[in-house]
Amino acid sequence: MDSIKYLDPTTQFVLFSILKVMLVFAVAMTGVAYSVLVERKVSAWIQDRPGPNRVAPFFVEFIPVIGPWLTRLGIFQPMADGLKSFLKEDFTPSYVRKVYFWLAPAIACVPSLMTLAVIPFGSTLGNAANKMVIADLNVGILYSFGIVSLGVYGIVLAGYAANSKYPFLGGIRSSAQMISYEIAMGMSVVAVFLLVGDLNLSSVVDYQRGGLHQWLIWKQPLAFVIFMIAAFAETNRLPFDLPESETELVGGYHTEYSSMKFALFFMGEYAAMIAASGMMVTLFLGGWSSPFGSEPAGTILGGLVHIGWFLAKVAALMVVFIWTRWMLPRFRYDQLMDLGWRRFIPLALANILVTALIVAFTHK
Amino acid sequence: MESQLQQYLPVLVLFLVAAGFAGGTLVISALAGKVGRRTKTKDIPYECGMLPEGPGSSRLSVKFYLVALLFVLFDIEVVFMYPWAVVYKELLTQNAALILGGMVSFLGVLFVGYLYALKKGAFDWTR
Repeated sequence: MDSIKYLDPTTQFVLFSILKVMLVFAVAMTGVAYSVLVERKVSAWIQDRPGPNRVAPFFVEFIPVIGPWLTRLGIFQPMADGLKSFLKEDFTPSYVRKVYFWLAPAIACVPSLMTLAVIPFGSTLGNAANKMVIADLNVGILYSFGIVSLGVYGIVLAGYAANSKYPFLGGIRSSAQMISYEIAMGMSVVAVFLLVGDLNLSSVVDYQRGGLHQWLIWKQPLAFVIFMIAAFAETNRLPFDLPESETELVGGYHTEYSSMKFALFFMGEYAAMIAASGMMVTLFLGGWSSPFGSEPAGTILGGLVHIGWFLAKVAALMVVFIWTRWMLPRFRYDQLMDLGWRRFIPLALANILVTALIVAFTHK
Repeated sequence: MESQLQQYLPVLVLFLVAAGFAGGTLVISALAGKVGRRTKTKDIPYECGMLPEGPGSSRLSVKFYLVALLFVLFDIEVVFMYPWAVVYKELLTQNAALILGGMVSFLGVLFVGYLYALKKGAFDWTR
């Protein structure tokens, strides 16, 4: 541990960055795997059925009490699903546009993971220089919006590459839906930055860390509602899952995909959900700070507690994502566009103006 | 300047990890996956059992192009709002009328354009 101190600051920075990236990536991928399980379990409970409760490696049955319980909980299901996806036939039909067909799953998956870079998932660990964010960019929010909009390429390319009617329609629908809601999403957070006065997401958390009453959700409830609903549309989740609505489009843009290529789209979707939850927590729900108010941690234990708060808030929002799926029916396409263009954009604009006026009259 | 660029180094690392993960997954899946026969029925587009007719990518409604154009317009509007939001509090103390009036007039002009698109039925998907 001491030998680290003798390296020059740049090398330390690089090493520490690589470590943070690896940790965040590992946590995010585990989160993706287990949010699939949570999704299946929660939907099962809502529909009054057991959900995944069989899969387990052979040695688990010898563990008394806990073993069968873990199996019933479906803890081993994500591993089985992953392994199964790798072993299934990776079929590339002869009529597809091959290069794009191979590129699309990767392009759908990478941007949603890249968004995690600017989200502060904790205060500090050890000393004040070790900020718990992969890249503390001064243009944080612009970076995340830029990367999020790249996500649409993966889905459009998938629809185009399949060279088949339904995936094509799914891809086109999805692109129109995602860019429509991106405007509302971008406008809703302008009001937040009017109050904070800095695009850096760590400063947004600093602004809110005084406790529950300081959270921006109380000052900007409308922005939060618009941002959240737009996030549902951006991640193609119900009630806005028209790109893949199985009753009319077979399966949407990933109809022709099989094996791990298919799984990459799913991982991308869940990673995007995690990133969107992380954004909402950072922008409106106080980020890593506890509801009772927190200072940047001075000790390692305090830093871990802050990371715990962040993860707990993200997990709670993920459950909301999943819960909503089983509570609301799917929108019709014209209703979806109507909501995005005719309701949210004027609302978000009005919100910006009202916020600007309030700031103008109260700011000294 | 150097520290400005240095900020983005972790982003590059994250990109390499994510791209490596996605690429590695694709390659391993292609290598480890079962190799099946390419039968004739397997090799036609899946349309719920109907035999596909006509070209795969058909013509699509002009509405989608319209949405794309309007998106470019309004997204750039949003991009202009971010720097304004950042300096807003600071400039309020210097020249409140300019900073507020400037953005109100800018948004006013764009809102007229928005109303025009609205009246033209650009957002009406039922027709």
